[in-house]
Amino acid sequence: MAIKLEIPTALRPFAGKQSSLDLEAATVGEALKSLTNTYSDLRKHLYTDDGRIRSFVNIYVNDEDIRYLEKENTPIKDGDTISIVPSIAGGR
Amino acid sequence: MLLLNEALTNEIRAHGARDYPNETCGALLGLDGPAGDTGGSPRREVRALFPLTNRRDDSPRNRFSVTADDVRAAERAAAVGGLELVGWYHSHPDHPARPSEYDREHAWPWYSYVIVSVAAGEPRDMTSWLLADDRSQFHSEEIASLPGATARHSQ
Ligand SMILES: [Zn+2]
Repeated sequence: MAIKLEIPTALRPFAGKQSSLDLEAATVGEALKSLTNTYSDLRKHLYTDDGRIRSFVNIYVNDEDIRYLEKENTPIKDGDTISIVPSIAGGR
Repeated sequence: MLLLNEALTNEIRAHGARDYPNETCGALLGLDGPAGDTGGSPRREVRALFPLTNRRDDSPRNRFSVTADDVRAAERAAAVGGLELVGWYHSHPDHPARPSEYDREHAWPWYSYVIVSVAAGEPRDMTSWLLADDRSQFHSEEIASLPGATARHSQ
């Protein structure tokens, strides 16, 4: 499936300064894998050391949070847009 | 280097004092300049703030959180003003203005993270930080007053 993947500003320096990429993938997980295979410096910002998507990394398929779909197994179809949207956390 | 005028500096400090003893948070909207004579780190100018509500109702005194919807709202507000979302500010109630381990674990690269210490309700030191590309640490980012604005940081 030909899809578009939107990269948040904070990660663009690690993705060839691009704001979006066109990819071929069948699931969200495949799209992210394709992204991090091309731009391996992105991996540590998106995934924990044990390979899970970080808690503050939100993935949407056409504005639907994948946590409420099938997470990384969420299927995608031609023309879909996957967006990576930050949430921000911290403390003292 | 983060350029921040006196009015915006005072606004962050006032927001920190207002939300004490809870942590305050908000977005920094501005212009991201090219790395020039600042030793490789970008020269950024903050032009406006986007104050936010701390969403950590369960633990607001030592944690803050900004939802993805808040992030998108801040990005839209920046775009309307021809600006970019360049970073975030939060307060450390009764704690030094240094990033915590929790801050580092949850940080994004590229953004400027401004921290204001608020001691017994009084805003004190303000610092800014950038996450290292390998996530191992924060690097200190110098805060500079814009030409024409008077710096009046407490100590
Ligand atoms: Zn903090």
